[in-house]
Amino acid sequence: MVIGALSVLLVATVVACAAVGPVRIDFARALSLRESDGVDALILFRTRLPRVLLGVAVGAGLSVAGGVLQALLRNPLAEPHILGVSGGAAFGGVLTLFAASSLPLPSSILTPLGSFAGALAAMLLVYRLGTVYGKLQPYTFLLAGVVCNAFTGALIMAVNAMADLFQTHGILFWLMGSLATSSYGLVASSFGYVLLSGWLLSRHARALNALSLGEDSAAQLGVDVGAVRKMCFVVSSLLVGAAVAVSGMIGFVGLIVPHVTRLLFGPDHRLLLPASALVGGIFLVAADTAARSLSASSEVPVGVVTALCGGPFFVYLLRRQGARDFA
Amino acid sequence: MTTPAINVVDVGFGYRRELVVHGVSFTVRDGGFVGIIGPNGSGKSTLLNLLCGVLAPRSGRVELAGRDVAAMSRLEVGRLVAVVPQETHLAFPYTVLELVLFGRTPHLSGFAFEQDSDLDIARAALQRTGTAHLERRPVTELSGGERQRVVVARALAQQPRILLLDEPSAFLDIRHEVEMYDLLRELQEGGMAIVSVLHDLNLAALYCEHVVLLSNGGVYRQGSPREVMTYENLTAVYETEIYVAMNDITNTLNVLPLDGRSRRALAAAVPQRRSTPRET
Repeated sequence: MVIGALSVLLVATVVACAAVGPVRIDFARALSLRESDGVDALILFRTRLPRVLLGVAVGAGLSVAGGVLQALLRNPLAEPHILGVSGGAAFGGVLTLFAASSLPLPSSILTPLGSFAGALAAMLLVYRLGTVYGKLQPYTFLLAGVVCNAFTGALIMAVNAMADLFQTHGILFWLMGSLATSSYGLVASSFGYVLLSGWLLSRHARALNALSLGEDSAAQLGVDVGAVRKMCFVVSSLLVGAAVAVSGMIGFVGLIVPHVTRLLFGPDHRLLLPASALVGGIFLVAADTAARSLSASSEVPVGVVTALCGGPFFVYLLRRQGARDFA
Repeated sequence: MTTPAINVVDVGFGYRRELVVHGVSFTVRDGGFVGIIGPNGSGKSTLLNLLCGVLAPRSGRVELAGRDVAAMSRLEVGRLVAVVPQETHLAFPYTVLELVLFGRTPHLSGFAFEQDSDLDIARAALQRTGTAHLERRPVTELSGGERQRVVVARALAQQPRILLLDEPSAFLDIRHEVEMYDLLRELQEGGMAIVSVLHDLNLAALYCEHVVLLSNGGVYRQGSPREVMTYENLTAVYETEIYVAMNDITNTLNVLPLDGRSRRALAAAVPQRRSTPRET
């Protein structure tokens, strides 16, 4: 029921956000003249709709990844950025952009591969550092992630320093992130990817529930903790890698969305993961619409909007958790 | 002779070179109540993790219902054994009913939601532990005593043949402690095999039919509480003077430590320590 209501809300958001923009478009005319070259139809179907749909896919992907990472680390502060996964993906992508001229394939193919590789490498590194005797140590893990994040940040700066002005511009533009696209192929592959990963992760929803009791207790309830953990880490890192590849660094979605969803609908991951995907889609599309409407002359990067919402929210979470720990 | 619920054969375990547990053997029958006692760091909790297969023994073997636990899947073990840890920290605010339903995990498959029958089993477990009225409360808001009873309910919802407990009453007051062990005795009488790690020697004497006294990872003595929990054994293993006497009402042993002043007074009055009074 919740999922149904959220789906309706998502569709409503998509329609509403497609309507918002510098040019007023007449829906009736755009729809009636479908695929003709009317200006309304062109703006709606070539510019706004693909962008809004990509926002749904990326928002859903980041939110599910965040929700899964929070469950695995048993910590509501876990998030792809904080764990250094996004940083790794960004560095991988930046490296391909930097070396683009000397590589045999166009960067449109290589950059996503670089992001995947970077995300996986960062996650493997943090995973190795954060597990002792086959057991995950949440605090060590988070700390390793923070270090990894800072380290990849430094590497990106170093690459930028070595690059020429033209490359630097390309790298910065890519890093700031944008959902602007007119390619339905990209939209479709993003959706396929998010749906597949979401399905793989949801299959472990009950195991994730049991994991919130701790790894030993989950194992005693018959959960193959090692296998579930590895599989979920790999799939969620690839999900983050994909999100970074198509839209650059969009922070805090993976933190806020699962948390708000948990507050609203409870912590059962069988409901939480699909609901987070829908809420994430709604949130990112709304944030992106705000980003492109706030200023008439130029666009604010969507990552700026999510971070401006997310930063204060993170502090609020930290205060709340702190208050509970010391109560 | 039927196969025992648990058969521990010469089990050894260590994280690095040195062994944390070595040469431990004992059996638990269905409807048996075995206590594991010993000082801090003597390997009690490690032994419990070996019994439920979370740790794999380096030598020897653990058999559950006649099968080597190393050859069983986690799911198979989960259907046979439930574990109550010392403390449960939940990462997220699940309700009491949700937590108890986690006990059904080994009986469900895949994405499946619980059936009505699972709900009935969970509610019966809540009844049994006197926590039915808490059903809708978030676990994170319960008192320590309530929470531990709910965790026991979760273990019962697992419908195990074997129940393992790691100092389940460490954070309970004296009344809740006794209520918990009375419940365990009821379960024992219903045929469940129970193994509990205990810090409280008086509880061990009161409820266990067999105790295993560990010292530095090995078995110092095992047998009935009266055989094992003597002044000599306890004083040697815990390295402090311990007074052991018979309780007229329960007809079990009472165990009390002696404070420093009494120990010195005793040493002055009785030159040979062996003649320290031990009432029976």
